[in-house]
This record gives sequence, structure tokens and C-alpha cells, in this order.
Amino acid sequence: MDESLCYNHRPALQQNLMSEPLVRLENVRFAYGERAILRDISLSIPRGKVVAIMGGSGCGKTTLLRLIGGQEKARSGRVLVDGQDVARLGRDDLYAMRRRMGMLFQFGALFTDMSVFDNVAFPLREHTQLSPELINDLVLMKLHAVGLRGAARLMPAELSGGMARRVALARTIALDPMLLMYDEPFTGLDPISLGVIGQLIRRLNDALGASSVIVTHDIQESLQIVDYIYFISEGRVVAEGTPDDIRNTSDPFVHQFVHAEADGPVPFHYPAGDYATALTGGAA
Amino acid sequence: MGGVLRKLGALAINGVWRLGFITRFFWMILLYSGQSFTRLHLTIRELYFSGVMSLLIILVSGLFVGLVLGLQGYETLQRYGASDSLGTLVALSLVRELGPVVAGLLFASRAGSAVTAEIGLMKVTEQLKAMDMMAVSPIARVVAPRFWGGVISMPLLAALFSAMGVFGGWLIGVVAIGVDDGAFWAQMQAAVDFRYDVINGVIKSCVFGVAVALIAVFEGYDCVPTAEGVSRAITRTVVSSALAILALDFVMTSFMFRG
Amino acid sequence: MSRTTLDLWVGVFVAMGIAALFFLAIKVGSVSGSDIKSPYTLTARFDNIGGLKVRAPVKVAGVLVGRVSEIRYDNERFQAEVVFTVDGRYKFPTDTFANILTSGLLGEQYLGLDPGGEEKVLAPGDVIKKTQSAVVLEKLISQFMFSKAAEGETAPAK
Repeated sequence: MDESLCYNHRPALQQNLMSEPLVRLENVRFAYGERAILRDISLSIPRGKVVAIMGGSGCGKTTLLRLIGGQEKARSGRVLVDGQDVARLGRDDLYAMRRRMGMLFQFGALFTDMSVFDNVAFPLREHTQLSPELINDLVLMKLHAVGLRGAARLMPAELSGGMARRVALARTIALDPMLLMYDEPFTGLDPISLGVIGQLIRRLNDALGASSVIVTHDIQESLQIVDYIYFISEGRVVAEGTPDDIRNTSDPFVHQFVHAEADGPVPFHYPAGDYATALTGGAA
Repeated sequence: MGGVLRKLGALAINGVWRLGFITRFFWMILLYSGQSFTRLHLTIRELYFSGVMSLLIILVSGLFVGLVLGLQGYETLQRYGASDSLGTLVALSLVRELGPVVAGLLFASRAGSAVTAEIGLMKVTEQLKAMDMMAVSPIARVVAPRFWGGVISMPLLAALFSAMGVFGGWLIGVVAIGVDDGAFWAQMQAAVDFRYDVINGVIKSCVFGVAVALIAVFEGYDCVPTAEGVSRAITRTVVSSALAILALDFVMTSFMFRG
Repeated sequence: MSRTTLDLWVGVFVAMGIAALFFLAIKVGSVSGSDIKSPYTLTARFDNIGGLKVRAPVKVAGVLVGRVSEIRYDNERFQAEVVFTVDGRYKFPTDTFANILTSGLLGEQYLGLDPGGEEKVLAPGDVIKKTQSAVVLEKLISQFMFSKAAEGETAPAK
């Protein structure tokens, strides 16, 4: 009886650990001064999955990533990464946690005074004691993964927007992180580069066995590569679901977003007084 | 009237707030300075950018200031028949005041503004945030080496400025006008004291180095992350550095050269 | 720019800076002036020090041997007390005479020592007793005027 219990218990525990999401936000509230950005956000990012967080410009999506990365602290609620409350970590623990995270910034944020090679080598040189030969091999492998091994000697200024972002991606995965965060990875890219980045995000996530969060407002690209989507509006999660759910939804907000309609639950007009009164008032 | 008062009050509070912030920032730099010395190439790189790149302007300006001092000094001194004291006049004004102060002002506008621009641009392009997310402290990796590069460069540049100035004064006085060479150097050496004049001048330039480097890295780190914000930060670096240098110079002079 | 040429330039820069400091120390300033070896202090009292200042040179036979380190007023003797530091290599007889002199007509004032003929030398902290005050121009002129006037008075009587 006891033995059988033990046998049954172990896989169950394993299962439980694996199913525990890598990142969980619980009732997170955040504000810059008086301006509330996130009102009450609860969401989770399961291990091994690619999750997109969507919403209009300035709805606090980027702030969400900064909360997960520990660069901002929530006013209330908890941000759990791999079971640890990010806001309660000390500096050293936070930095230890960040070594297992990778964040791709909107425009790559490559170090402009270093070559492509040195950019990718940067985290390796800062955090490991590897020999120069080994670092050389690792960097070339990472660059090869994003298809830019030939550009190792170029400076960031010589790269196109899409290439810069791929280099940044190679730098982000240099330490084989468990969590990848992408801040608007598709902004300002031509359709080909956009497709390349999208495919890379999916492929790298699966190859590394990592989990990914993409913050974006590019719905069409995201629907093709992600496993789950959250919609955020006015600081709250307003809709969520798999890409199929989203395509077939009847939710008016998601419908407006997916079909890029000018007016809908998100109004075209900034809140204002009555139009007629304003005009006649102005004339008088 | 009330509006003006309110604005003045806000200005004062803002000033105190910034003073507190810059003090805390200074403390952070000192705390995270380990890497600047254990990985010396980081600091050497900044020495190159703030020191070597400022060499030309410092040497040329020093020479010209010395030439002008020689000319003007001779004009004045020869009225009293004291043109032998030209060396004293040139050397004392350079070593005590002009060397540290003018070199400091030039350093602020050449190297200080460049440091602010560099750090400001790294902030605009999110390089600092990216570094922080890679678990590398931007203060240790970016700010502290630039700070120490400036602090080390400044006294060396000031010394070079003074030396060039004395050389310029000698060129005008001895070579061009014909003041006696022996009298020029002898009078200078009799009047300029190593500990009292030269060391005090070096202390001044070290203090200016700390002030300018701190202001430059702070303004860069603190700037509003837009193109406009960076250009404003650069202006602020030059203006506040100049004010800081002149105010500190007054305070230090009144302590050092009294009586 | 590769790191080695960068290092080279920084090396050149630092070497130049240090050379400039040495130039200022040795060629421009006089290290010997303040680099007094094993200094000791002496004191001299004057009725009037004129324009003598702290750090004024102390000279013997025209050679710089030390500097004035302190000037104060003695409230009991109603005299000025001048403390000065001299190089330990130099010794002075106990009957050394201290003057306040002026270099040139408008030059700075300095402390001149005239060694006497005693066998014993001044020990650190000793006081020089034989002093001559600074020459004050106003006094000199008034003396001259009085003596002229006195001459004028006596001349007709002759």
C-alpha cells in the first residue's frame, strides 16, 4: 500500500512541478505616480510555451515585461518567476535570476561601441570564465542560429533593422535562458525580416526548451507562432485564448483588434465634451 | 506674485532633490568602482577618450594662454621696470589659477560633454536597460570607468596646460622680447613653491576632475531618454561644470592662499 | 582602434602628464624652497615688521635658507614675533643679527640674517635677540625732514 502510494506520488509531483507555470502574475497593480498603468492583472506563462501579450499602444505591455524582469516593482500583487517573488529578491538574487532570463528590446539595444561578435560575447565574458576559444565557438554558434555568422565583424551601425534585431536575439540567447522576453519584436520591420524574426522566436523557444513572452500589437504574425494570447486594455486582461479561439471570437474588443477597425470598444475619439457645444462655444 | 514664489519654491525643492540624488549617485559609483580597477582596460579605454582626445585642445590652448600672459605681463611689468619678474607672473598665475581652471573648463566642454552624450545615447537606445537585464550593472560597467577616466585625466591635463603655458610665456618673454633667460627662470623658481603653489594647483585640478566627471556621468545617466533630452543634458553638463569649477575654485583659493 | 595602440596612446598621455608635473615641480617651482631638510624653527622679535608676510624668504648672505612660518603679536612685550623655519644643514651663532630687508626698491620684504662671531650656535626654538625693524618709508622721510629742519635752525645761529 505504502509502496504503491510512493510510486504513484512521484510522477504526480513531477507532473505538478512541470505544470506549474514558469511565470505567474497575481492581481498585479502598477502606477507611474498617479497614473495607473496596470489595474489588476493575473496571467501565467506555462513552461515551454510561447505566449503573446497584446493591446493598444501605451496600455502597459512593456511595463509588464519590466515587472517580470524586476526592473519595476508592482504596487500590489505578486510576480512569481520559477516560484520566486521577483519584487522580494535582493540585488544579487535578482541578478542571478536575470542571468536565466533574456530580453530582446524594441530596437535591439545593441552596444554601439562593440562589434557584432563582441555584442554576442558580452554576456558570456561577463558571466562565465570560459576560454577565448570556447567563447569564439559559442558566439559563432549563436550567430549561426540567427543566420548572421558572416556578419560577426560588422559594427551595429552597419546593420539593417532586421539584422540588428537578429544579432540582439543571438545575444539574448547567449546564456541559454529559461525565459525569453520580447518587447515589440516586430516593430518597424519589412515583411521578410518580420517573418524571419517570428520563425526564429518559435524555433529558438523549442530548441532551447525555454518559455517565451512576446509583447506586441502585431496580431497577424503572432497568431501564426504563439500558443496562447492575452489581450490587455485599460490595465486589465480583457480576453485570452489560443490563436484558434481568438480567430473565432465574438468578443467585440478582440474583433476590433484582429480586424483593425478604427472605432469600437476602443473609441476613435479621445474623451471630450459635446462636439456641437465645443464648436458653438468656440465661436461665441 | 504667488506664482513666482511658487515657481521659486519648486525650483529650490528640485535643486535639493537633485543634490540628494547626485550624492547618492556618487556613493553608488564609489561602491561599484571595483571593476574599474580589477579590469583596468575598461578604465584605460576611457582614459583614451577623455584624456588623449583632449590633449590637442589642452596643449594648444595652454600655449596660447602662455603667449598672451607673456605679452600682457611684459607690457605691465616693464612700466615698473620689473620685467625680470615675468617668469614669476606667468608661472604663478598658471600654476595656481589658470592651469586648473581653464583646463577644467576645456575638459568639461571637450570630454565631459562627450561622456554625457555617450551615456545619454546608451540610455536612449535602451543599452543601459539591456545591460541591467543581462545582470551587468551599468554603473559598474559604464559609469564608473568613465568617472575614473575623467578623474585621472584631469590633473594630468591641467599640469600639461600649465607647463605649456610657462613654455609659451618663455617663448614670448625670452625668445621674442629678450628678457634675460636666467632672470626669467631664477625669479620664477624663487617665487613658486612646490608644496604651496604646485601641489595646491594639483589638488585643485583633482577636485575639478571629480566634479566634472561626476556631473558628466550623472547628467548622461539622468537625462530624459529622447534626442532632445540628451542635447539638454549636454548643455547642462557644460554649464554646471563651469559653475562648479568656478565656485569650487573660489572656495579652495580662499582656503589655500590666505595670508 | 585595437587595444594595443589604445594602450600606447594612453601610456604616452600619462607619461606626458607626469613629465609636466615634474617640470612644474623642478623647473618652475623650487623644490629646495620647501624641501627643507630636517628643519628647525627660530624666533625673532621686532618692534615693527613692516610688510613682512608668512612664507617670506629667510636669507643669509643672499642665500635662501628658510621661510617665515608664523607671525604673531606678543601682547606682553608689545612686539611682533616672527617664527621662521630654517634648513637643518645651516647653523647660526647665538649673536646672529636679524633684519627685515626689502629686495630692490619696491620688491617683497624678507628676513635677512647676519651671523655674528660667537662659538655657540642657536638651538631649535631659540630666540634671536638682536634685531632691526623694517625700514618704514614714512618714518624715514619724517626723520629726514626733522634733521633738515634741525640743520636749518642751527645754521643761522652759527
